[in-house]
Amino acid sequence: MTVPLSLDMPVLPALPLRRRRNLAGRAMLLLAGSVALCALLPLGFILWIAVETGWQTALALIWRPRVGELLVNTLLLELCTLPPAILLAIALAWLTERSDMAAARFLSWLAVAPLAVPAFVQSYAWGSLFPRFHGLPAAALVSVLAYLPFLYLPVAAQMRRLDPELEHTAASLGQSPTRIFLRVVLPQLRLAICGGSLLVGLHLLAEYGLYAMIRFDTFTTAIIDQFQSSYNGPAANMLAGVLVLSCVGLIGLEWLLRGSARYARIGSGSPRPASRRQLGLWRWPALALPIVLALLGLGVPALMLSRWLMADGVSIWRQGALAASLATTLGYAAAGAFAAVAAALPMAWLSVRAPNRATRFLESCHTYPGALPGVVVALALVTVTVRIAMPLYQTVATVVLAYVLMFLPRALVGLRAGIAQVPVELERAAASLGRNPARTLLAVTLPLAAPGVAAAMALVAMGVATELTATLLLAPNGTRTLATEFWALTSELDYAKAAPYAVLMILLSLPMTALLHAQAGKSLNA
Amino acid sequence: MTQLVISDVSKRYGATLALDRVSLSVEAGSRVAIVGPSGSGKTTLLRIIAGFEAPDAGTVTLDGQVLANGPAIAAAHRRRIGYVTQDGALFPHLDVADNLGFGIPRDEPDRAARLCALMELVELDAAMLSRRPHELSGGQQQRVALARALARKPALMLLDEPFSALDTGLRESVRQAVARVLAKAGITTILVTHDQSEALSFADQLAVMREGRLAQAGRPYELYWRPADTETALFLGNAALFDAKIEAVGVSCALGRLAAETGGRRGGGTIMLRPEQFHLSATGPGLEAWVDDVTFRGAQCGVALRAGHEETEIRFTAQISSLEAPQIGDRVFVSIKGAAFLFPAPR
Repeated sequence: MTVPLSLDMPVLPALPLRRRRNLAGRAMLLLAGSVALCALLPLGFILWIAVETGWQTALALIWRPRVGELLVNTLLLELCTLPPAILLAIALAWLTERSDMAAARFLSWLAVAPLAVPAFVQSYAWGSLFPRFHGLPAAALVSVLAYLPFLYLPVAAQMRRLDPELEHTAASLGQSPTRIFLRVVLPQLRLAICGGSLLVGLHLLAEYGLYAMIRFDTFTTAIIDQFQSSYNGPAANMLAGVLVLSCVGLIGLEWLLRGSARYARIGSGSPRPASRRQLGLWRWPALALPIVLALLGLGVPALMLSRWLMADGVSIWRQGALAASLATTLGYAAAGAFAAVAAALPMAWLSVRAPNRATRFLESCHTYPGALPGVVVALALVTVTVRIAMPLYQTVATVVLAYVLMFLPRALVGLRAGIAQVPVELERAAASLGRNPARTLLAVTLPLAAPGVAAAMALVAMGVATELTATLLLAPNGTRTLATEFWALTSELDYAKAAPYAVLMILLSLPMTALLHAQAGKSLNA
Repeated sequence: MTQLVISDVSKRYGATLALDRVSLSVEAGSRVAIVGPSGSGKTTLLRIIAGFEAPDAGTVTLDGQVLANGPAIAAAHRRRIGYVTQDGALFPHLDVADNLGFGIPRDEPDRAARLCALMELVELDAAMLSRRPHELSGGQQQRVALARALARKPALMLLDEPFSALDTGLRESVRQAVARVLAKAGITTILVTHDQSEALSFADQLAVMREGRLAQAGRPYELYWRPADTETALFLGNAALFDAKIEAVGVSCALGRLAAETGGRRGGGTIMLRPEQFHLSATGPGLEAWVDDVTFRGAQCGVALRAGHEETEIRFTAQISSLEAPQIGDRVFVSIKGAAFLFPAPR
């Protein structure tokens, strides 16, 4: 007979014991690995054309005066666009962030606003204002106007983040304000300038519509001409190879110029905002720079669009194709956004929760297609579908896959920020309060990560809404998005009918402008 | 009745052995502090108890319920263990009421009354229930985090350096408030900290960890005055250590003959005197010494002393009331309050 040892102490039921196998982590690794494999498709395509074409043919195709011409064009374009853009971005950022210029906040919004105008709409506006304006000067001017925000945003953000104590120290060491700007402020802007310039430089290489509209030949326009005349020939592939090499060169150059330096703030606590410089008599004349830029980058498109819209009156909005292509665009944008965010999710989770060398490698597999021109991604998918999966050629699935590859980096950035909103301590707190993992996900992880996920989706969707190159090459016959329809109409010189499409694309891009501006602002407070 | 039993728990991260066969029993209703320098494994041990990590070997049981048996562990949400972290880990998307009620079932009767009672328990105004975490001060956030964990009536409460993110002035008052609340609720508590003064004042049981091992466990008073080794002695406070010869009664060292418990040992050993054991007087009796330096610390001051000549010169620091501080260069006489502590012979 057994006697209970203690009457007041009820025996607790045994708890199930399990080995933790970190299933979630492994599943995420597997999924992210598969996405990375897909993302390596364009790279595989480049390697494949290099191998298949062989040295002899490749050399014959590349060593042509035509390629040399394109190379010179591309170099000239980069050289004529980047230096003025960098100078303008620094001047604008200094005026809006560090001077007491009137209406600085509003003007900083105006400086970002040209992002809402797709580059090919910008060149449509200039082309229809000055029909004889083309070639290199036109290309450089429109490029500066269209892509300046990509430089302005990081430079302004960095300028606001600078620790004013460094400048105070320099002043106490006897440096004049001009010398402080050159020796203390400017060097700290290096990373922002390099990053922004790389982004602009890659856009210059990748853009098709802008340059085709003002008749300036770059690799991208040449590839698409080649593709449209001879379909998927080795000539187009070779040009794509040279284009990718140019991108690699640009990235390498940026990497060299950026150096290994890290500009971190010394000391703890949040920095005090820097004081703004009194402009004195220059307070009003200084307004000229942001206002002239806004007139050129926003005023000209606004003027031309309203002129074309006025010319034809209300009837222009009643084109049946307009509503249809808006619906198609929204459909593609939603599909692209969902697919890209779903594809980026495992990687985002891994890079926040399990950062190590392997996941960093996987992450670079996810982000590198963002640096590839859309035309290369599209050519890669054309080649793969034609050779291996013919039923998928010119289907919605392939277009969406192209969007996923092109916009993975955007999705990743937003998702990472969202997941980082949920430190693992909060999930642990929920577990110690008795919530099982599934209910923790619902009650804690998802509500906190949702804004980041939504922002990521919005960024991808807006990128898709104005995407032209890959859509032109990959979409099923008869597909009409806003961008392709606009393109078709302007190719027929029907500028009036094209105007409503441009207006719709600008409206769809406006939220992105606000989002990017807000994101740059948030990184300052963090 | 023993409540939490940790036996032979080991945990390895790659090449580092974070925990090396740690065993510890915690009695029901007691307040235990685990102290140690950073990297000593104390937080790893806490996370194993909470169920966020699995040990490589060893068992953890709570009231006879097995929580971990080697790498097989019970899920964290099934354990009846509360957990409060350094920054409180309040859910930023929920207000204070929802944070408090996170662990209380929605359909529980008089839920609202319980929330108010919890706020009262941690000495916060019930009007704060509608606030968001970011609208609270650091100390208030910690109290809400504590109340949130208490709401589940846990059998064991784990506190992971919960006061270290607070300002020095606030730390003391929040610590006292937390100790009061836990005593009132009668919940067994384990506090992890690297701050020895916090551990000494908070706990009625102290466990000192070093390099993944449990160096010593016992009552704070016991550990402070009778440490097992010199490292523990110096971790828990300042101390003057001297080589000593064991006499028939007491010991003799550079300070002279001192009272000490020798337990019939012979030969030599190391003795410890805490700085507050030195008594200084201008006239004697005692050992003649000179004042090298005086460090003013408010209520107390540290007096660096030098005695003896040439090879026999010794230096040590006394801690006395700052009202009685001597001048630098003064001659003083040093006598000893209480007995010296003779460290056990190294094994």
